[in-house]
Amino acid sequence: MPKDDMKSGYRLVGTRPNRPDGLDKVTGRARYGADANLPGMLWAAVVRSPHAHARIISIDASKALALPGVKAVVTRADLPTGLTGENLNLQDNTLAGDKALYDGHAVAAVAATSRLLAEEAARLVVVDYEVLPHVIDVDDAIKPDAPVIREGMADYSVPEGMHGNVVRYMEEGHGDIEAGFAAADIVREQTYRTEATHQGYIEPHACLGQMGEDGRGEMWVCTQGHWYIRRMCSAVLGIEAANLRVTPSEIGGGFGGKTTIFMEPLTLALSKKAGGKPVKLVMSRSEVLRATGPTASASMDVKIGMKKDGTITAGQVYFRMQGGAFPGMSPISEALQCAFACYDIPALKHEAVEVLANRPKAAAYRAPGSPMAAFAVESLVDEMCRELGLDPIETRLKNAVREGSRSSFGPVYNQIGLVETLEATRAHPNYAIPLGPNQGRGVGAGFWMNHGGETSVSLAIGEDGTAQVMVGTPDIGGSRASIGLMTAETLGIPYENVRVNVVETGALGVNEPTHGSRATFASGKAAVEAARQAIAEMCRRAAAEWGIDEDAVEWKDGAAHPAGPNAGKFPPLSIADIGATMGSTGGPISGHHESTPGGVGASFGCHVVDVEVDPETGRTTILRYLVVQDAGRAIHPAYVEGQYQGGAAQGIGWALNEAYIYGRDGRLQNTVFLDYRIPVASDLPMIDTVIVEVPNPGHPYGVRGVGETGITPPLPAIANAIHAATGARLRALPMAPPKVLAAIKAKG
Amino acid sequence: MTGKIHVTTTINGDTVEFLADPRESLLDCLRDHVGLTGSKEGCGTGDCGACSVRLDGTLVCSCLVLGVEAEGKSVETIEGMAKDGELHPLQRKFIEHAALQCGFCTPGILVAAKALLEKNPDPTETEIRFWLAGNLCRCTGYDKIIRAVQDAAAEMRGAK
Repeated sequence: MPKDDMKSGYRLVGTRPNRPDGLDKVTGRARYGADANLPGMLWAAVVRSPHAHARIISIDASKALALPGVKAVVTRADLPTGLTGENLNLQDNTLAGDKALYDGHAVAAVAATSRLLAEEAARLVVVDYEVLPHVIDVDDAIKPDAPVIREGMADYSVPEGMHGNVVRYMEEGHGDIEAGFAAADIVREQTYRTEATHQGYIEPHACLGQMGEDGRGEMWVCTQGHWYIRRMCSAVLGIEAANLRVTPSEIGGGFGGKTTIFMEPLTLALSKKAGGKPVKLVMSRSEVLRATGPTASASMDVKIGMKKDGTITAGQVYFRMQGGAFPGMSPISEALQCAFACYDIPALKHEAVEVLANRPKAAAYRAPGSPMAAFAVESLVDEMCRELGLDPIETRLKNAVREGSRSSFGPVYNQIGLVETLEATRAHPNYAIPLGPNQGRGVGAGFWMNHGGETSVSLAIGEDGTAQVMVGTPDIGGSRASIGLMTAETLGIPYENVRVNVVETGALGVNEPTHGSRATFASGKAAVEAARQAIAEMCRRAAAEWGIDEDAVEWKDGAAHPAGPNAGKFPPLSIADIGATMGSTGGPISGHHESTPGGVGASFGCHVVDVEVDPETGRTTILRYLVVQDAGRAIHPAYVEGQYQGGAAQGIGWALNEAYIYGRDGRLQNTVFLDYRIPVASDLPMIDTVIVEVPNPGHPYGVRGVGETGITPPLPAIANAIHAATGARLRALPMAPPKVLAAIKAKG
Repeated sequence: MTGKIHVTTTINGDTVEFLADPRESLLDCLRDHVGLTGSKEGCGTGDCGACSVRLDGTLVCSCLVLGVEAEGKSVETIEGMAKDGELHPLQRKFIEHAALQCGFCTPGILVAAKALLEKNPDPTETEIRFWLAGNLCRCTGYDKIIRAVQDAAAEMRGAK
């Protein structure tokens, strides 16, 4: 569809109506993971390893089982054997096998008649451990003398001679890298480090599961994707997917961390052992931090060649990432894709290794891999701009990818909005505000490729002409509103006449989770297709009523009309007219669409941050913050702005304060929100946003997906701003006051 | 094992009785014994504010109060914020400003913001930010929350 056609005015798309689930969420009525109860329900608690790495010699649950009211204990011996690949990883993480692999690794679980009793019983389970040497830091883990924590985990990609903790190696690139560096006026090389951070959703994982002796089960769970829960729980427990029905609760944040399982299968295993009684398991915050999805930590070498005018001639990276004690969880592939995605560079070389360490199994976190890569690349670009006296936005514009550019990871971009985004950033008043002493301005760009994914959506027309849409992507930040807007726009009916329901696994084909910024793109696209099917059927019904050819009927403003004067003169049949008689005109009217949609559109962003650094304490204050990002089309602009602001806030936390802190014993030391401190209201200013709209030709309304990109630029932008304010360059996160102060002092 | 204690309290204007284990927090009692699940547990250590309620008018983290401490007192929760079928202006403004994404922190923030506006009907942005610094939100970056509170405050001042 040509761009100009898509710019034409829509009736609903681009407006800001109240979200349909708003009332439930401001009154406390919305039901989240821990808000469901069932008659006869038991409570579960998990026994967790206090050691970073230990062999499990024995588990004695006799004292726990002797406690009145304790109904079941499960250990790894209760789970089926013979799993392989990622299914085995999931099972190993659900309950440790012969070894506990990180502080907080689940070893056993108990179910009892009350929460307090379950916790008491968990304390009575005696586990005999043989403590083993551990590794925590990604660079330490590949030193020659580091213990190999799991033998035989490396895949075919790892070259001979690499350390036993390296489990995956990637190498990519294009062009003549040596010639590229030779063509540069300056070549600079630096090493950057980012720490593991947690997604930090405020709702801890919670699950209510029930399974009978026949292996048929039901679950209520907070998740971004209940088909993933079904598939993973089925695999871990050795049951058939069709026998497990999973209903998603409202979800209290996920950011990628709720796209997998952690303790969910335990509710089913305990329920089965307890005679089919439902079992509820709710994690504490400490359990969330110790045993669920942080992101990877990274150590990254970057080398860039640049001409004096800012043209980048070559780029090279070597990334080392650890994503815990399980292979496949470090986003090295995505990090390499994103590293130079903003730039058109003739010669690139990408290498990365995935490293195992005694830490929890990492999960996706908003644009997985992209923030780390951006911290390294965008910091070095800024350092070189500074050295050459170049404007950071002009330099990015000079190298920016545009329609027709070959991306750093291979494919040729179609319509993308990086240039428009950079131009809008340069034109924003924030970029020209004068700064005072100890203040500095930083710029960073960011990228996410976005995602399609398996999608199945149904739509049904009601007897009164309203429409119900069934989607399988949990609403984590307003997707019911955006999908409702697009459906109502397509059907030509009021927004209030469409109800979007997030339905359980029994009601639709397989859906991937709400992840990769795909819900509004993929479920929205499918809902539009389903609406078009229903429209075609309603046109057929009208044609039959009028006795004319169905091609002679057109749909506009929520009604069937004769298409032009030759079709005959009939008063329009509205969706309500057709709905009212559908029982006698051919039966229910519905639409259904399923696909793994193509046409995914990448989203680029650019952030500008102004900071003030206290020279006496090293504390950084964010004075103002600007997010500019290409949405393709903002269906509900308020929730697009919300994604931009939320992504920026998470990135600010990652940049300045958040980190997993381990003791020498390999135990996580900051296991509560007081110590794992995410940004609070008084840490932040208002976050200004500009929504750039370069429509994605692969979506009926131009949607790209907006959730991921925003977490990426803050990491380098803040480092660049601190450099501008202090003259000191921070190349390791978090840029907490002591580190900034030390960097200022070291510079003299 | 400990015996349970009978607690009589007033919740959102109604007399409520429940049996509390003396180890249970007020939050546990509200959620598990009284069936009011609008108050949320995000941390259990008083750091996130998702369980904010008023106890005899004082804003507290209900995870840091024992259930038995509610004896003879008055508790206000999110479930009591809308009166006679009318949303409180803060509730309405939160929806209108898109001041929630996942909505999990919303009940606690609304209860806390209401306490602020009763004490200070015309707070500055900074005052709102520091008052709500004990209520964590991971989704929004707080921008739209602050604006919603400002707008509700303005409307409430105008209504007087």
